[in-house]
Amino acid sequence: MKKILKYVVIDILRNKIVLAYTIFLLILSFSIFNLEDSSSKGILSLLNIVLIVVPMVSVLFASIYVYNSAEFLELLLSQPLRRKTIWLSVFSGLLISMVISFVAGVGIPVLLYEFSVTGFTLIISGILLTIIFIALAMLVAVKVRDKARGIGAVILLWLYFSILFDGLVLFLLFQFEDYPLEKPMVAITALNPIDLSRIMVLLKMDISAMMGYTGAVFRNFFGNATGMCISLLVLLLWIILPIWISVRMFNRKDV
Amino acid sequence: MIIANNINKKFGKLKALDNVSVTCNKGECVALIGPNGSGKTTFIKSILGMVVCDNGFITFNGKNILHDWKYRSAIGYMPQIGRYPDNMTIGQLIDMMKDIRGKSGGEIDEELIGSFGLDLMLHKRMRTLSGGTRQKVSASLAFLFNPEVLILDEPTAGLDPVSAEILKDKIVKEKAKGKLVLITSHILSELDDLVTQVIYMQDGKLLFQKSIELLRADTGQLKLSKAIAAFMLKSK
Repeated sequence: MKKILKYVVIDILRNKIVLAYTIFLLILSFSIFNLEDSSSKGILSLLNIVLIVVPMVSVLFASIYVYNSAEFLELLLSQPLRRKTIWLSVFSGLLISMVISFVAGVGIPVLLYEFSVTGFTLIISGILLTIIFIALAMLVAVKVRDKARGIGAVILLWLYFSILFDGLVLFLLFQFEDYPLEKPMVAITALNPIDLSRIMVLLKMDISAMMGYTGAVFRNFFGNATGMCISLLVLLLWIILPIWISVRMFNRKDV
Repeated sequence: MIIANNINKKFGKLKALDNVSVTCNKGECVALIGPNGSGKTTFIKSILGMVVCDNGFITFNGKNILHDWKYRSAIGYMPQIGRYPDNMTIGQLIDMMKDIRGKSGGEIDEELIGSFGLDLMLHKRMRTLSGGTRQKVSASLAFLFNPEVLILDEPTAGLDPVSAEILKDKIVKEKAKGKLVLITSHILSELDDLVTQVIYMQDGKLLFQKSIELLRADTGQLKLSKAIAAFMLKSK
């Protein structure tokens, strides 16, 4: 495992995209914190950008990387290596480089400007989102053989989670506005890791007091330790499930 | 050593392997012959576990290869089209393979790297290599770990005559050490002095597995190419 991991990480680092991503995040974070007059406002702006950019870059980079290393995978498969080891090494290699890149790009500025629970929550949820979207990308990459179709699917997936899902939820809310939907809403957010992360971070901020009745219900659920643990667990499930399914599919895949 | 028992593989509607049963023993040189698309490569890949059979099983040294992976340390595989990471150099690739297989591989056999002259272009990136040079790299990697079993898929395709001769000599040498060599080729004439067993496949089906002496006696032809032609005529 360690040996393959080493080659994957070296290969990713040689690819300058990860470095560019880190620098982009660094510039973004520092400029936001310097533009806003209060750092908690900065966190809010940063949150909105992180929730869009991090999943997109993770999912796109991971899927393109997996498609481009088809030759590497083929070579490894004919060697005395367990398939699970090969697949999980690629996953860990992507995970390590993207997480380091995120922590360097967003984590360091946040810790410098806003050393608080909110800051920490933002970093943790950013890391989890990175891993979740790498796992989803690997699931797509093992399922779809064709590269163009795979990348298309991955973009749609990202659009769904960051834009379409909210639209659907709003639609649902308006259709059923006569019913009390506050509690089911908590469950529905579990279906979208991006929303879940957003709520987790928002509830750690002061503005959550102004979010009305739904906000109060959310606060009631997510505000305490149990709710926080459950949402973390759900996010972890979003990592484990896709990667587990993809390992199973990779075990049966023909090259 | 390798026993395949009633293996089937379907790619969509196409039956790539249809109830193939084969036995290969140590010290033999088995030629896998058949027209294009007859399932030769699929068969080889299923031995390597790169293609997972729908049903039937393959054993290697008496152990089922399904869910096993260690047996591959006894196999050197030369693919038909060697595909390697583009931005790696030949040297890096060889070092990586040594690193990955190091412990289980036993002694290292770098003879082919030298005789192909690859040691002089270790710095070249894989994407800049010609098809023939790629084949040389594939061949060198297959022989590198001194494996008990050599699986060579169209080994001389794309090689110049000199290199093809070097590779053939190497195969003869390894066969003499009592290794099992599984080889597919379209150029039957070059198999003549190598082969001890012939497996003939067509449309995913195994038509026969015979020793070369038996095939010669059956068809009355000395040359493998003539014997196969005679067989094909007879079966029509």
